[in-house]
Amino acid sequence: MAPSAATDWSPLWISLETSITATLITLVAGLAAATWRERRTGAATALVDGICLLPLVLPPTVVGFFLLLLFGRHGPLGKLLLWLGATVVFSWPATVIAAAVVAFPLMYLTARAALEQVDSRLLEAARTLGATEWRVFREVALPLAWPGVLAGTILSFARALGEFGATLMLAGNIPGRTATIPIAIYFAVESDDMRSAVAWCAADIAISLALLSGLYYWTHAQGPARWARR
Amino acid sequence: MPLEVHIEKRLPEFTLDVSFSAADGPLGILGASGAGKTMLLRCIAGLEHPNRGRIVLGDRTLLDTERRVRVPARNRRVGLLFQHYALFPHRNVGDNIGFGLHDLTGGERERRVREVLERTHATGLERRFPREISGGEQQRVALARALAIEPEALLLDEPLSALDTHLRSQMEVQLQETFLEYRRPSLLVTHNIEEAYRLSDRLLVLSRGRVAALGPREEILRRPPSVEVARVTGCKNFSRARTISENVIEAADWSCQLRVAQTIARPVAHVGIRAHLIDFAESSSGGDTEENTFPCWLVRSSETPFRITLYLRLNKPPDESGRFELQAEVFKEKWQRFRGRPLPWHVRLSPESLFVMPE
Repeated sequence: MAPSAATDWSPLWISLETSITATLITLVAGLAAATWRERRTGAATALVDGICLLPLVLPPTVVGFFLLLLFGRHGPLGKLLLWLGATVVFSWPATVIAAAVVAFPLMYLTARAALEQVDSRLLEAARTLGATEWRVFREVALPLAWPGVLAGTILSFARALGEFGATLMLAGNIPGRTATIPIAIYFAVESDDMRSAVAWCAADIAISLALLSGLYYWTHAQGPARWARR
Repeated sequence: MPLEVHIEKRLPEFTLDVSFSAADGPLGILGASGAGKTMLLRCIAGLEHPNRGRIVLGDRTLLDTERRVRVPARNRRVGLLFQHYALFPHRNVGDNIGFGLHDLTGGERERRVREVLERTHATGLERRFPREISGGEQQRVALARALAIEPEALLLDEPLSALDTHLRSQMEVQLQETFLEYRRPSLLVTHNIEEAYRLSDRLLVLSRGRVAALGPREEILRRPPSVEVARVTGCKNFSRARTISENVIEAADWSCQLRVAQTIARPVAHVGIRAHLIDFAESSSGGDTEENTFPCWLVRSSETPFRITLYLRLNKPPDESGRFELQAEVFKEKWQRFRGRPLPWHVRLSPESLFVMPE
């Protein structure tokens, strides 16, 4: 049961493009935040933790509302962008921003857990061998934390793919531009187009299931045994 | 190229406050667990930051809190060997050793890797991963990795303690060889006095963050300056003591008077004797008249493969309390000779073997 004859495939491409871009952003931002956080202790870091995790627990509508305030015409970032000649609200970048913000906590949490598990003596050994902090991160911490970071990446991607509430508030439903799969489903149901709704639901479930089972397969198949001569 | 260390670091339990200088060659650092040995190495390597102090290696100042100098670990050129090797599990042996040779060209790096592997008798392991080689090989590779960067000082944090007896003695031979050719300040942290003694001519004893003794190993073993140092260096027998005359003391816990070879300058607080230096009068008629000789009864004994430890009660037969005053260690051949003799036996605490410790 594919979407009806005059199928508009754009939600699929928009969803994939949005999720991939948002995932790349969360990967970099999540790793940076996790690395920063790992080196610090104290009360201020607890607040940072809280802020980083907030999008995970807040209703997506609340996140969307704050993003609207931030990026809207009168918001601080919105004004700045307007001055640069760009508007974000109700455009494709808005879907990316919404998806990235909502997916960020998952990336942050898993990346932090993975980095914390790396034996700190290995990082210290690298330092005594003359490595800069960047080399310590890139050649020791990241490769050792990689399974966790990859898991975080996949979870973030799946979350970005499923983002609905914040996207609708910040990016709206503009077919061919901001209408992702979840949004297409919502409006298909609203306009009684059950065939499309079911088809898009099936597509969404298929992609997510493939990702998640791929993730589990991968993490179980790849223990530390991979660091052996082949 | 000596290493000079004067540092103060506040720790939860005590303050690490040490001041010493180490010449080229190995220096054994002894101390009970939690005395601050590992922390001291970490401060020198630049992995921990002392609250105050100065560390100078040759002509380079690594740390000077007053002049706000703090060279980061990566620029200190101080090799650190970890107790559990700390090899990078995701890199093979060659890449582990090559990690510190980042600036060299590929060919030059390979040559250096081969060369240090030869020096540590671990040739041919280049392409193996750490998890594929034995603990002894891992520690050899870790040593090769530390030596590869041509460090100006070498810090070894209990390098043998994770190895089994056989590998341990092999690795010890390796370290002896390395110290012979390396000839730079090398600090060897251990809690095993025999290991420290075999590997280094000079010893430093740490006690709750302070230098309790520093000097040639024979001197520290023969005349430990305090009960703490005596205990860390393996001494088992102590008694409270007070001075009677220039070279006679009264040992309160052993209820006897003893002549000592040392001339007593300061008021004496304790007297000690090492378990293997306790002598037994061969003939049972030795009598109590002989100097520093006392009747003793066997309370219990415990065997090791070649030696036996005898727990002895001085001057009176043992009672139900199981109390003993002395631990003597004798080789089994000797033990065979007098084990059948009737009690009491006679122990001799020779004046040369006794050492006194001031307050």
